[in-house]
Amino acid sequence: MQDLLAFTIVGIVSGSIYAIAASGLVVTYTTSGVFNFAHGAIGMVAAFLYWQVKVDWGWGTWPALILVLGVFAPLFGLFIERVLMRPLAGKPTGVSLVVTVGLLVLLYGIASRVWPGTETRRVAEFLQDTRFQVAGVSVSAHQVIVLVVTVAVAAGLRLVLFRSRAGVAMRAVVDNPELAILNGALPERVSQLAWVLGSVMASLAGVLIAPGRSYNHLFLTLLVVNGYAAAILGRLRSLPLTFVGALLLGTGEAYLIGYSQRFSFGEGVLGTNGVLAELLPVLPTVFLFAVIVALPQTRLQVAKLAGGRVLRVPAMPQTLWRGACFVAMAALATALLSPTQLFNASTGLVVAMVMLSLVVLVGYSGQISLCQFTFVGIGASVMGKFFGSGSLLGLVAATLAAAAFGALVALPALRLRDIYLALATVAFALFGERLLFDHPKVFDRGATLSFERPALLGIDLENGKALFIFLAACFAAMAVLVLAVRRGPLGRRLAAMNDSPAACVTLGLNLIGTKVTVFALSAGMAGFAGALFGMLRTSVSANDFVLLVSLNTFLLAMIGGITTVTGALIGGMALPLLDTDLQGLFIGAGAILISRLPNGFAGVLYGLPARLRRPPGLGEPRLGGDTTAPVTPPLPERVPA
Amino acid sequence: MTAPGIELVGVRAAYGRIDVLRGVDLVVPAGSVFALLGPNGAGKSTTLRVISGRMRPRAGCVHIAGVHVNGTPPARLARAGLCSVPEGRGIFPNLTVSDNLRMATYRGGLSFSDVRDTAFERFPALSDRRTQLAGTLSGGEQQMLALARALTTNPAVLLLDEISMGLAPLIVAELYEVVARLAREGITILIVEQFARVALPVADFAGIMTQGRIQVVGEPADVEAALSEAYLGAV
Repeated sequence: MQDLLAFTIVGIVSGSIYAIAASGLVVTYTTSGVFNFAHGAIGMVAAFLYWQVKVDWGWGTWPALILVLGVFAPLFGLFIERVLMRPLAGKPTGVSLVVTVGLLVLLYGIASRVWPGTETRRVAEFLQDTRFQVAGVSVSAHQVIVLVVTVAVAAGLRLVLFRSRAGVAMRAVVDNPELAILNGALPERVSQLAWVLGSVMASLAGVLIAPGRSYNHLFLTLLVVNGYAAAILGRLRSLPLTFVGALLLGTGEAYLIGYSQRFSFGEGVLGTNGVLAELLPVLPTVFLFAVIVALPQTRLQVAKLAGGRVLRVPAMPQTLWRGACFVAMAALATALLSPTQLFNASTGLVVAMVMLSLVVLVGYSGQISLCQFTFVGIGASVMGKFFGSGSLLGLVAATLAAAAFGALVALPALRLRDIYLALATVAFALFGERLLFDHPKVFDRGATLSFERPALLGIDLENGKALFIFLAACFAAMAVLVLAVRRGPLGRRLAAMNDSPAACVTLGLNLIGTKVTVFALSAGMAGFAGALFGMLRTSVSANDFVLLVSLNTFLLAMIGGITTVTGALIGGMALPLLDTDLQGLFIGAGAILISRLPNGFAGVLYGLPARLRRPPGLGEPRLGGDTTAPVTPPLPERVPA
Repeated sequence: MTAPGIELVGVRAAYGRIDVLRGVDLVVPAGSVFALLGPNGAGKSTTLRVISGRMRPRAGCVHIAGVHVNGTPPARLARAGLCSVPEGRGIFPNLTVSDNLRMATYRGGLSFSDVRDTAFERFPALSDRRTQLAGTLSGGEQQMLALARALTTNPAVLLLDEISMGLAPLIVAELYEVVARLAREGITILIVEQFARVALPVADFAGIMTQGRIQVVGEPADVEAALSEAYLGAV
C-alpha cells in the first residue's frame, strides 16, 4: 500500500513536468497554428544552460534560474517568433514542420557541440536533503516544489488564456487574424507572447526534470515526446485534457518502473528484466500512437494552393537515356575517386535511394514520414539476418518486409494529416528504435549485424568500384521507376490526392488503397536501400536507424528538393560530405533557410536558366501560392532523369 | 462645417497587376449613411479594405474625419474608432460569445463589463448563449454579434460589408433596424450591399460602383432608378 502511494507521488511529479512541457506546446500551437517539434530541444538547451550557470560557473541556484527562465527563454521565444515564424505566415503546414524539425536538429547539434556528451553532468535538486514524511512516505522538497510550480502554471495559464484580453486575443488571432486586426489587436504582439510563453514552459520543464539525473541530450530532447502524447490527448487544444494525459503518463510510467522490479512476468522478450521493464521505454510512444489512432478522422481537405511550382516530368525515353548516362558517368568516376571517396559516394547513393522513397511519399503524394530510416533498418535487418551471405532473394525479402511495415504505418495515415501523421511516424520511429531494433532477433541490443557482399551475375561486389557502379545502376533504376510512377495512373492519383482529397472522394477515387499503396511502395524502396546499405557497410547496428537519422534524412531531402529525382540525389550525396560533428548545424540551418522553396535546391537549379533568360525586374513567375500575385504564364521547367 | 466622415480622392488600388480601383472619389458626410451598390467584382469590398487600412492604395488619398490615413496600420485605425465588419461573418467562430465581446475592448476607454452589458441588453438572445462558441450560433445571431461590436464601442465610422449575405429577409430587416439605430446616434456609416432594396431605405446617400469607379452618386431614390442601367448597361 505504501509502495503504491510512493509510486503515485513519483508518477504525479513526473507527470506534472510533462504537463508543463505539454501545455507550452498547446499554447504555441493554439495561438500560432505551428506545432513546435523543437519544443523539447528548447527544454534540453535550457537544462544544459542551467547546469552551465549553476554548476560550471558556480553562480548558484537563483541567478541560474533567473538567467535561464527570465532571460534566455523569453529571448529565445522572441527570436523564434521574429526570425523563424513570422516569415511563415500563410505558408502551408509542411513548411512550418520543416522549420521546427530543422530547429530541433539545429539545437541538438549546437548542444552536443557546446556540451559534449563525454562529460558527466549533474545538477543537485532544489533544497537537496530536505524531506518530508507524508503518510509514511518520504517526499523530497524538490518534488513538492515541482507540484507547487505545476499548480501555479496551470492556474496562471487558465487566468491568462481565459480571463485576460491578451489570452482571448491569442485564440482570436488563430481563428481569424484579419478580424482580430479589425478589432484592434496586433497579431505580432500576440504571437510573440505565445512563443515566449511556450519557450519559458519548455525551459521550465527542462530545468525541473534535469536535476537528480545525469544529463543526456537525447533523453532531454525526447522528454517532450511524453509531452506530445499528453498534448495530443487534449487534441492540442484542451489544456485540462493535456494535464490529464500528462498525469496518466507519469503515473503509468512510475507504476511500470516500480512494479517491474517486483513482478517480472517471466523472462520477457528481451530476456533480462521482464515484460514490464521492456514496456517502459516505449510507453510514451505506445500512448502517443494509441491516442493518435483514436483521434476522430480529420475532415477531408478541399483543394488548396500548393504554392509549389509544378515541375515538368521528362518522357520515358529521355529518362532512360539520362539514367544510362548517369551509370556511365559513375563508371568513369570510379577511375578518379580514392577508395574513401568512393565509399562516401556509395553511401551517398544509398541515402539518395532512401530520399527517392521520400520523393514518392512526400513530394508526390503530400504524406509525411519521419521514420524512413526505420524502414531502412527493417530492410537491413531482414537482409542481414536471413540473407547475410548476400543473395538477390535477400533484396526482394528486404523490400517486401519493409513494404509490409509501410502498409502498417499507413493505417493511421488513412485518417491523419500533417502534424498528426508526422507525430505518428515519429512514434513508429521511436518504437522501432527502442523495441524492435533492440530485440535479440533483430540487432540484439547494440550488437552489430554483419553482411557479406555477394557476387551478382558474375560481378564481384567485394570490389568497391564494382559496388559503386552497381549502386549507381540501382539508383538509376529506382529513379526510372519513380518517374514512371509519376507519369502513370498511380502518379495522377497521388497528385490528385495531394491537391484535394475531398475532390478525389467525390470522383470515386479509393483514398485508402492509394495511401496504403504509396506507403508500401515508399517503405519498400527504403527497405531495398536498407539491404544495399548493409551490403555497403558490411556491418550495421541499431544506432544507424534511430529517429535522429530519419529526421536528418527528411530535412536533407527537403533541402535537396523533395519533389524531384535530382533533389534526392543532391540530398543523398550531401549527407556523407557533411562533417559528422557539424552535421546537425548544417542540416538544421539549411532546412530552415530553404524551407520556403517548395522544390528545394533542385528547384533553384532548374530556375537558373529561366532566371538568366528573363529580363530583370519581372520577378518570379508563380503558379498558385500567392493569389494576389500577377498572373504570368509559368515558364516550362525541366526535371532530369 | 465639419470634415466629412470618410473621403476618398482619386484612390487607385490593385491586386498585383490587376487594377481594381481606378480612381475612386467618395464623400460620406459626417453622421450620414452611404450605401455603396454595384455588381460583383466592381471593387466595393476593395474600397472598404482600403478605408480600413488593410490594403494600401497605389495612388490617391484616404481621409477619415479629416485626417489623412494612408498607410496607417488597420489595428491603429480600429483602436481610434473605425469599426469594420468584414464580409462573411465578422465573428471568431471558435471563441465564446463573451470572448468575442472581449475582443471589442481594444477600442480605447472601454471596460469589458460595459461592452458585455450593452450588448446583452440590446441582443438578449446573445445573453443566453454567452458561453457558447460563436460558430455554433445561427447566421442571424452571428451577424448580431458582429454588429454588437459596432453597437458597444461607440465608433466614429462604421464599415459594413454585405451583412445581409445568406440570411433570411426577416433577419436582414432586423439587422438593418440596428443599422438605422446606429445612424441615429450620429455614426458615419458606409454600407456595401449587392441588394439595393435592403440598404437604400436607411441610406442618406447612395452610389453605384462599376469597374472600379463610383459612377453614380445621389439621393437613394435617384440612384435606385439608375440601378438597372448600371448593372445591365444602357438600354
